Amino acid sequence: MTDWLTAAEWEAVRLSLRVALWATAVSLPFGIFVAYALARWRFPGREVLNIVVHLPLIMPPVVTGYLLLLAFGTQGPVGGFLDRVFGVTFAFRWTGAALASGVMAFPFLVRAVRLSIEAVDPKLEEAAATLGATRTWIFLTVTLPLIVPGILAGTVLAFAKGMGEFGATITFVSNIPGQTQTIPLAIDLALETPGGGARAARLAVLSVALAALALAVSEWVSRRVAARIGGRDA
Amino acid sequence: MLEVALKQEMPGFTLDVAFEAPAGLTVLFGRSGAGKTSIVNAVAGLSRPQAGRIVADGRVLLDTGAGIWLPPHRRRVGYIFQEGRLFPHMTVRRNLAYGARFAPAHTPREDMARVVEMLGIGALLDRRPGALSGGEKQRVAIGRALLAAPQLILADEPLAALDEARKAEILPYFERLRDEVNVPILYVSHAASEVGRLATSVVALEDGRVLRQGPAAEVLGDPAVLPAGAREAGAILVAHVARQHADGLTELEAGGVPLFLPRLDRAEGAPVRLRIAAHDVILSRHKPDGLSALNILPGTVAELRPGAGPGVMVALDTAAGRVLARITERSATAMGLAPGVALHAIVKSVSVAPGDVGGEPA
Repeated sequence: MTDWLTAAEWEAVRLSLRVALWATAVSLPFGIFVAYALARWRFPGREVLNIVVHLPLIMPPVVTGYLLLLAFGTQGPVGGFLDRVFGVTFAFRWTGAALASGVMAFPFLVRAVRLSIEAVDPKLEEAAATLGATRTWIFLTVTLPLIVPGILAGTVLAFAKGMGEFGATITFVSNIPGQTQTIPLAIDLALETPGGGARAARLAVLSVALAALALAVSEWVSRRVAARIGGRDA
Repeated sequence: MLEVALKQEMPGFTLDVAFEAPAGLTVLFGRSGAGKTSIVNAVAGLSRPQAGRIVADGRVLLDTGAGIWLPPHRRRVGYIFQEGRLFPHMTVRRNLAYGARFAPAHTPREDMARVVEMLGIGALLDRRPGALSGGEKQRVAIGRALLAAPQLILADEPLAALDEARKAEILPYFERLRDEVNVPILYVSHAASEVGRLATSVVALEDGRVLRQGPAAEVLGDPAVLPAGAREAGAILVAHVARQHADGLTELEAGGVPLFLPRLDRAEGAPVRLRIAAHDVILSRHKPDGLSALNILPGTVAELRPGAGPGVMVALDTAAGRVLARITERSATAMGLAPGVALHAIVKSVSVAPGDVGGEPA
């Protein structure tokens, strides 16, 4: 079964999955927190936060990659600090690819989760408070279960974005086989290599299949959750 | 005992009230916009009043003078909302149990089995709210509030979203709550029929002020309160259109009793809610004869409520439903009225309840 992809191509697939999984998993809690803050709290700087979160969606990915390079490169203020104190390096590593994917996927995640939080009636949260629940407990037992479909949708979008991120990644961490060469970067390289067309096509088909699978799974789970919330005893 | 004093300035509306709610069921009675819900939300901690003091059985929930504001989850208040507000993703059982874990360990609490039995919701425990009727949801909401071991129960027009049949289904549970649960209940209503049936005491509100407060019979029987405090006293009957007559009258039927109204443009069989104002009813011990009135309902006296002035409110049970009549105490004495006495209610005018057929007008 491994015959139809070369070892290098498998490497790209594995790397893409790893990058997308880490990018999604790490940004998920932050994404839910930011979405909740934007949906429920009124605080100074709320609009600024909203804009910053959405910038990667609007800016050219190359610019995002360049800014990441400035901030998280080994010489950058944040990257240098993390390198010295925690030994975490982003420059030209898969971790950097994951960071770039996470930043690019973040607005998708926040939008989906925020919409679902806004759809939760705050009156239910009030009711929980009168029954004695603290804010944390209300979030865990009332808000969170009701926004599971939104979180799933956001996660799938973020994961798909992570699998497919190109511009910011190649700008930030370059195209290094085994380290930062995810599927899209491998396709790009294949297209620039004479005779690489077949390789590009195989990787493209794989990309489409993975994306379709992710969507199908999330649809299925969302429907089950929605049925439960809707009152039918699933 | 609950003591409430609140002051809140809002654009175009000022709330300035002070009242006490003793044990039993106290109705906050007044029209929409009188400030009832603002008061209940302040008691529950869902709003922060500009100035005020709320003390429940010696516990200070709010004292703006002393800078005290207890957050809602620490107030031990069981709030029954108009729309139920059940958690849609939980079964009835988990909804009921939600508040129990937060009650301090030593507090006496209601037993789940007893509450389930009292509210008749045993068959619903494994369902989710989406699969319940409006009346069932409201019964579960009552149980959920009760099982949180509250020191005070708040109910904000808990019947307003229900149709007449559902209301009749839920009212007895509030009567049981009042009679069997030893917790003060603050109940918001603008429906005179609910007040008459449930209230131990009444706080009549108008435009953000307390018009009158005291024992229910006293406040409701006070002719000064009723017309101003809310829609004036009067009974509501549920009827349906029986037939249209050629002389321009519409015949309705309520519980087998015919009632005549000027032409009502509704189809035969259509349900109609009627309001009979207490001051539009004349009582007679004998079946009247040779009278111009068309609508005469035979019934028996259920209750007499003397007021502070010369008036008496007489509640009459008829086949069509309960009718209220406001007469003078002098007449009541002369006629020898007492519970159980058979009478005829002569209805001078019947009005179709405004708004609609079915729901409670807002």
